Amino acid sequence: MAQKSKAIVINEKDNVATAIVPLNAGTSVSLASQGHSGKIKLLSSIPMGHKFALAEIPKGTDVIKYGEAIGQTTASIARGEHVHVHNVVSHRGRKEGA
Amino acid sequence: MEFMGYRRTNGKVGVRNHVLVIPSVVCSQGAAEAITRNVKGTIYLPNVFGCAQVGADREQTKRALAGFGTNPNIFAVLVVGNGCENLSAKELAEAIQPSGKRVEYIEIQEVGGTKKTTSKGRKIIKEMLADAAKLQREPIPVSELILGTECGGSDYTSGLGSNPSVGAASDLLVEGGGTVILSETTELIGAEHLLAKRARTPEIGKQVLDLIAWWETEAIRTGQDIRGANPAPGNIAGGITTLEEKSLGCIYKGGTKALEEVIQYAFPPTKKGLVLMDTPGHDIDQLTGMMAGGSQIAVFTTGRGTPTGSPIAPVIKITANAGTYKKMKDNIDINVSQVVQGKETVKEAGKRIFDEIIAVASGKLSKAEKLGQRDFCIFKIGLNF
Repeated sequence: MAQKSKAIVINEKDNVATAIVPLNAGTSVSLASQGHSGKIKLLSSIPMGHKFALAEIPKGTDVIKYGEAIGQTTASIARGEHVHVHNVVSHRGRKEGA
Repeated sequence: MEFMGYRRTNGKVGVRNHVLVIPSVVCSQGAAEAITRNVKGTIYLPNVFGCAQVGADREQTKRALAGFGTNPNIFAVLVVGNGCENLSAKELAEAIQPSGKRVEYIEIQEVGGTKKTTSKGRKIIKEMLADAAKLQREPIPVSELILGTECGGSDYTSGLGSNPSVGAASDLLVEGGGTVILSETTELIGAEHLLAKRARTPEIGKQVLDLIAWWETEAIRTGQDIRGANPAPGNIAGGITTLEEKSLGCIYKGGTKALEEVIQYAFPPTKKGLVLMDTPGHDIDQLTGMMAGGSQIAVFTTGRGTPTGSPIAPVIKITANAGTYKKMKDNIDINVSQVVQGKETVKEAGKRIFDEIIAVASGKLSKAEKLGQRDFCIFKIGLNF
């Protein structure tokens, strides 16, 4: 998995990438893995190890990483926006609606 | 493929040759510590339970303590009781006896105080040590190894680098006929369908799904939200958003082989290959359960960094976070950060980890052993009365 990219897409089904270095808002990140190519302009600063959206993810839909659902969005997330606990919720190990 | 180990009289194989002193109850922990103080080759277990326990909770504590005694890394055992506890030294010694090793017990009330118990205990462990010193390592097939796997202080590098690399090492051990324990049930939530698909039989697959359902229902029943504990604050700071995301990264440790068995906490595997032990996500509860089940060696991946080690077994620490490796070099054995950077393949890193498992099993000290890390904690499932 040789890459020069500053972010990794793990599975072709994923709608998020993981930053492997800290990235500033406004930076254009090139992606060249798992069928994703081209550049994404970041709308937020992304701390190292955090995720950003590869495409718009509508409110109430699945965030996909490792090719699997890791939670649902609580707000619509734009392409290039930070994806984390402020806009994603887990549906496991708790009462629905909690 | 072979390593150099200690063959026990019951045929099991150890990678260490310790003399173990077990306090059957928290009250005799001080005496157990005094007996082993400055005596090289001996270890005491910092047991804080052993009295006022009933039912399944008492059984689990007894099974875990006895499992440490029977673990093949242990040459001989001295159990130290106080005398009035409800898990007596005699009962615990009798549970260890079937392993065929020398087991003795003494009680503070009967011997007459801590000082007398200490000198009597010291006399016994010195005899045991003299016999232990006579045993030599010999070539042993890797199929005798039971590898515990664990992750703690996870961050984004765990799922991208260290866990897949450990998975590659797990596959190599299973291919060599050995056993790999995957555990931390709560950290399978959200990834259980993938593990269930790999089960040897549909029944085993159903056991996996039932286990996860139990934990999840239990969390909801108590009105608690697992998110308060898992992912932990450090996981979230490190980029992990949800429990599902953590779990999906977590199960990579088990490699890609078929799941052969699901076992309860602190029970020994009855199958070779990949097995799942039901444990909490709590690192030390989990490590203790695997060692009590007969695991002689563990690999432990971390992103944020962790000092953990076992009193009776080497724990090889692995990180794919370059910054953490640099900051915590005295704790971490293997750096696989090049996997995340795309400069080393998962397979190559897995081979390096496998080679280190063989070296450490053959006597090389892990960093946690050099630091004297002896973390021990039994998964408590009931109240003390």
